[in-house]
Amino acid sequence: MLLSKKIYGLQYHNNILESSVDSDILSSSKKNDLNFENWGLIEESEYFANKVKLFRQDQLNADEFRRFRLQNGAYGSRLNSDFSMIRIKVPGGDITPEQMEKIANLAESFSIGSAHVSTRQNIQLHWVQLEDVSEVVRGLAEGGLTSREACGNTIRNVMCSHFAGVCSNEPFDTTIYAKAVAKFFLRNPMCQNLPRKFKFNFACCSEHGLVRIADVGLVPAIQDGIRGFRIYLGGGLGAASFIGHLLEEFTPESRLLSTCMSTIRVYDRLGNRENPARNRMRYLVNEMGWIKFQALLLKERDIVEATTSIPTKNVFESTLKIENNGNSLSSLSDNKKTTTLPLINSENIQTAYERWLNTNVIAQKQSGYYGVSITLGAGDITSNQLRVLAESIREFSEERKARTTPQQNFFIRYIKSESIPKLFAKLSSIGLGNPGANTIVSPVGCSGTTSCNLAITNSHRLAKEIQSKFLELNYDMDKDLRTSTIKISGCPNSCGQHEVATVGFYGGAARLGNSMAPIYTMLFAGSTGENGELGKVVMRVPAKRIIDVVLKIIECYKEEKNDNETMHDWISKISVGRGNGKIQNLEDIKKILAPVIKLPSFSENPDSYKDYGSDSNFIAKTARGECAA
Amino acid sequence: MRRLNDLKLQKIKNNDESFDKLKKNSDSKGNNNSINKISTTLNLLCDVDTLRSLIKENKVRVVDVRKNDDYLKGHVPTAICLPLAELLSDDSPESIINILNNLGISDNTPVVVYDDTFGALASRVAWSFKFVGHKDVSLLEVTYSGWKNLGLEIEQKSNSFDKSSHSLNMDYSIYADASYVENANNDKKKVIIDSRERLNFLSEHIPNSKNIPYTMIRSEDSILRKPSELKRFLENRGIDFNSEIITYCGSVGTLSGLVFFALKAAGVPNVKLYPKSFKEWKSLGKSKIEFKDANYWDLSAE
Repeated sequence: MLLSKKIYGLQYHNNILESSVDSDILSSSKKNDLNFENWGLIEESEYFANKVKLFRQDQLNADEFRRFRLQNGAYGSRLNSDFSMIRIKVPGGDITPEQMEKIANLAESFSIGSAHVSTRQNIQLHWVQLEDVSEVVRGLAEGGLTSREACGNTIRNVMCSHFAGVCSNEPFDTTIYAKAVAKFFLRNPMCQNLPRKFKFNFACCSEHGLVRIADVGLVPAIQDGIRGFRIYLGGGLGAASFIGHLLEEFTPESRLLSTCMSTIRVYDRLGNRENPARNRMRYLVNEMGWIKFQALLLKERDIVEATTSIPTKNVFESTLKIENNGNSLSSLSDNKKTTTLPLINSENIQTAYERWLNTNVIAQKQSGYYGVSITLGAGDITSNQLRVLAESIREFSEERKARTTPQQNFFIRYIKSESIPKLFAKLSSIGLGNPGANTIVSPVGCSGTTSCNLAITNSHRLAKEIQSKFLELNYDMDKDLRTSTIKISGCPNSCGQHEVATVGFYGGAARLGNSMAPIYTMLFAGSTGENGELGKVVMRVPAKRIIDVVLKIIECYKEEKNDNETMHDWISKISVGRGNGKIQNLEDIKKILAPVIKLPSFSENPDSYKDYGSDSNFIAKTARGECAA
Repeated sequence: MRRLNDLKLQKIKNNDESFDKLKKNSDSKGNNNSINKISTTLNLLCDVDTLRSLIKENKVRVVDVRKNDDYLKGHVPTAICLPLAELLSDDSPESIINILNNLGISDNTPVVVYDDTFGALASRVAWSFKFVGHKDVSLLEVTYSGWKNLGLEIEQKSNSFDKSSHSLNMDYSIYADASYVENANNDKKKVIIDSRERLNFLSEHIPNSKNIPYTMIRSEDSILRKPSELKRFLENRGIDFNSEIITYCGSVGTLSGLVFFALKAAGVPNVKLYPKSFKEWKSLGKSKIEFKDANYWDLSAE
């Protein structure tokens, strides 16, 4: 495991504070005998506090400190480095009610009284004073959580489909594999200083997952009775996005660790360390060519397999075993027939409860059990809401846990049908009973200018504006629209995953007439899953025209659609020029939308040149991104 | 927290017998006009057990600073009612002395104050008592809800005590006004603490002030965290315990009153409260720092 020991120490060559903590943090082998579900390490709190003091006393230079800070999960806040955003890892998206209560308390004490679910299943705390980060780290460790390696050039939160374990179409539950990978690489010397960040994504089936836009995407499969994966490499979203390549038809479970290790080793050795704009693995794959990369990787895997020690292998495999034994619920009898989600498609919705049931509740493969989505607004949840949610989970979920979702919601599972009305009542009492999770009415929105240095526009607020407008218009009840998604990023860097939405937007700035205005580039027909595709750029839309533009698109679709065609299908069709009505292709719809995107003159309506959430004139202000630090 | 409460409950139940005796005593005596001879001075924070024994021994004046209506619905045994608004309607030293006298508090009466607003209202009242020279004042470690949730005894009868005669002995060492704060601004030995929530602080604050939101200093079962934790927060911020610290908040010095007591509890000897706080600061047109480069209010999930 320590073959890549050359990296060891690169990240931590600062010796001003030479203490035992240093070696504790780096000796990953020591961590393996800890409780599997405990991701935290309490010593890291004191260590962080000391580094902050040294930095404040000018005994640690800014670059070095920033690298350290990021490795421990704290980003600098927008144009104000006295504050941080702390990214709490939720490996596999799996979180306990006790951990949610811990986060609620930390958010209240040290952040802004609310927490934020990210598109990579993290939970983020914004505007934490740098001097308090160590306290949050301490609190997280007390709750078995960590922000370690949630930022920086290392293995980020390992994602797993929130349906894993309950999905009707899955061959087996991938959660344990996601967690075993997370556990193996967390604090592992071999990935403390990669050329850039590195992302894993586990699917439950070919439909649910972001496997084609991750560095390593894994779809479970069974061949000849053996568990394994179809592994996709080199995908990712950003200023330049790529769809991942299939490594081989089937990678058996027994080769999972060696495949992951060899990918990281090849990337670590050959990835671009010079140009921060081109150092993700997808660029390496693209520049080298897939065939060459694939050959190199398979060769590397042979070397890894020949040289990995048995104890190292055991570290990985023992965590798999622990988890396998611990999960009694997954052995519940499977419901053999495949159900489509969502389960309840009532045509006659009378009450708020029925409306919520319609979009937020799905049947699990375990008969008699249901999964419930908690609709948030662009991932925001207050401390008090988190506490009520935690109580609800304890009261109603037989799993007694929840999952964070890439749609910035929570998902609770193993609910008995008779508990669903009670759960709804409890959620509604604190504003968590909104319908429309995972539909067009709940857009994804990254944090944008609310806290991010790179953001140009307030994508976060825009997502929430669309949500309240579309709820008002009852769009969640329209089954034609329901399967469409809207995803918004505040800059081209894709944290809002705008390239895998039915309609995606990323923020920018433009001079319109004599005034600057926030403007979004609109993309059509992106999708997730194993056959996921990237969206195609359509046109630029000023921020304050976006809602009207989407409404116009919906109107066009309604006029043009064939019998059972959903909006997502129709948009996908015209994106490849196969429309069969008045609108055949993107050029046709651009013509129709051209008048809608026009802004009145500045003097006529200065407000339309301002961004959402702002009273002042728009200025595109950004600072250096810290991703590449 | 649940486990902690259970433990506490257990402890409290063991005391219940003696408390019943106390209740009988005080019931038979009716309104009492004198506090038993005092031997000890209270800590800044009074724990539940201590207060119960003090009540039992008739050695304490308990002050409830909630609204009168809430007081009448139930309060800690022997508590008297002093709504914060009443004190704030005229918080001149003379008026505060008058209040002390009306509540039957003399110079040596130990006083324990509580509220149902995480200790902030109680702090402002306790600070005012200190300001006019009352030395023996303490905050109850739990709120009224906390007290009730522990299953402790409450009563509904209105209490009143014979008038006392408290001396006026101003303690200006715990007080700051706007010009004092302004001068402290450029003094490296003085630290100004903004006690409001983070987003308010980001929006605007007194130049050079540091933010310790009131939300940071309470624990799940007490209005103040353990002194060791509070101490660590200050150390993390690089605050020298020998510097003079001035706290302020939004308008009347409640949140900053609580932070005043938190700093005292952490072991900072020299703490001052700027009771008129940011509201006055702004109305005087004093300089402030605003942060407008981010739309942080849109993160609120309310």
